[in-house]
Amino acid sequence: MDFSFLSQPAFSGGGTYLNWVISGVQWTLLVGLSAWVIALSLGSILGVFRTTHIAWLYYPATAYVELFRNIPLLVQMFIWYFVVPEIVPSALGSWMKQGMPMPEFWSAVLALGFFTAARVAEQVRSGIQSIPSGQTYAALAIGLTPPQTYRHVLLPIGFRIILPPLTSEFLNIIKNSSVALTIGVLELTAQARSISEYTFRTFEIFSLATLVYVVITLTVTLLMSQLEQRVRMPGYIGGGK
Amino acid sequence: MSRLIRLLLTLTIAGLCINPTFAAEITGTLKKIKDTGIVKIGHRDASSPFSYLDDNQHPIGYGVDICLKIVDSIKAELKMPNLKHEFVPVTSQTRIPILTGGNIDLECGSTTNSIERQQQVAFAPTYFVTGTKILVKKSSGIKNYDDLKGKTVVFTSGTTNERAMKAYNDEKKLGINFIPSKDHAESFLAVETGRAVAFPMDDILLYSLKANAKNPNDYEVIGAFLSDDPYAIMMRKDDPSFKKLVTDTVAGLYKSGEINKIYTKWFQSPIPPKNINLNFPMSDGLKDAIKNPNDKGVGSCGKMSC
Repeated sequence: MDFSFLSQPAFSGGGTYLNWVISGVQWTLLVGLSAWVIALSLGSILGVFRTTHIAWLYYPATAYVELFRNIPLLVQMFIWYFVVPEIVPSALGSWMKQGMPMPEFWSAVLALGFFTAARVAEQVRSGIQSIPSGQTYAALAIGLTPPQTYRHVLLPIGFRIILPPLTSEFLNIIKNSSVALTIGVLELTAQARSISEYTFRTFEIFSLATLVYVVITLTVTLLMSQLEQRVRMPGYIGGGK
Repeated sequence: MSRLIRLLLTLTIAGLCINPTFAAEITGTLKKIKDTGIVKIGHRDASSPFSYLDDNQHPIGYGVDICLKIVDSIKAELKMPNLKHEFVPVTSQTRIPILTGGNIDLECGSTTNSIERQQQVAFAPTYFVTGTKILVKKSSGIKNYDDLKGKTVVFTSGTTNERAMKAYNDEKKLGINFIPSKDHAESFLAVETGRAVAFPMDDILLYSLKANAKNPNDYEVIGAFLSDDPYAIMMRKDDPSFKKLVTDTVAGLYKSGEINKIYTKWFQSPIPPKNINLNFPMSDGLKDAIKNPNDKGVGSCGKMSC
């Protein structure tokens, strides 16, 4: 293993191959974190809708989940990047292709965010439904409205219950950001591939990329377990040890 | 009876002639092929007319035909008439690792022989000579490379054209916004949908993509050659016996003139899938390469002589 190529001047764009790796890490984090913002917020709302008995909230949310979790992520990436600009009004379409800054990045963030939102929604739903129904009745009996019941009783407990699987989703979204290379986002895996193409140091560069992914995901795992510790409640997952 | 004796005599002499090659133990790729009974051929899916898929998803093309001739030579060399061949799809990015990793024995596509790549792999004699130009939409108003200033250009990852275009961009400080794509079909799609204004690629592949487009007249191939690209079949390096067999086979096709038939079949006749005739006469560069078979690669500057 010879890593000296990292400090060599890169073929194009100035800088060294190490700069390519760093830029790749930045894109991986940027795509992953931006998509996570969409996934967590949209997923939570849809998850709540999936637990209500109000038909016009329940059915659209169910349709969303079934649509987005049943189409492969790769296909969704292509749809956002290649198909959506062709089916919207042509002025908007050509803006999406040429006027919009970083079209690959936004397509990737939307695809990854909406895909993961469907998965988060299912976890939020299972979290809420695992709470004994007695708690809902108790909340309503003391005069809380249904929204207040969600806000003060169901969601605080539900989110605590699903923290471990949410951690997995968070890790998945960071790793799935590598699919964005298929539409031209130069994230870590894409950079590793092009560095291997230019330097023929395939083994070294992919070892390095693996190491970087492990460091990122272990950091996330650590932070999430800190969060679990901090918010734990006796009697629920992560609490009362 | 005398006929039988003559036959025996001929066989003995033939045996004596062949023996020295067999006396040396079969090594490298030939040994692998002998042991497994299969020649693995790497092919491309959208490098028309060199190596691409027909309507039945079967690899065909100029390069594939020449590789099949090599398979015939291997059959004769190893005396294995039942030797099988298997096609393995490769991309611009995977072709070298897959070859050096041993999963294919020959790569028959549109690979430029470059001195840089020669550090990793070996090449058969050049079988086509082309160079980088760009494909643009006529409506884009782009007439030369300098018109690309500040525009978006799509390239296929891992190609010599990517390097030539980027080097030009750095040199002229054009500030081009590059987007990578995984194969030529996808790069073409980016130009077709207006996501990129230009696609730098070997001119022959651009003419072929244009000919197969929905509206061929919407596109044009422009510019002077940004780089020289001599194409050749790739094989693993440091394998003299296999390299000799491949080189002799290709040079043999050149010497016998059989290459002209193969060339006409792919470049001057209607070819699948749309039965379009590329009408691309043999260039002087290729005529030279056929007269003097060689495996010279392009230098790091992208030209034959730097």
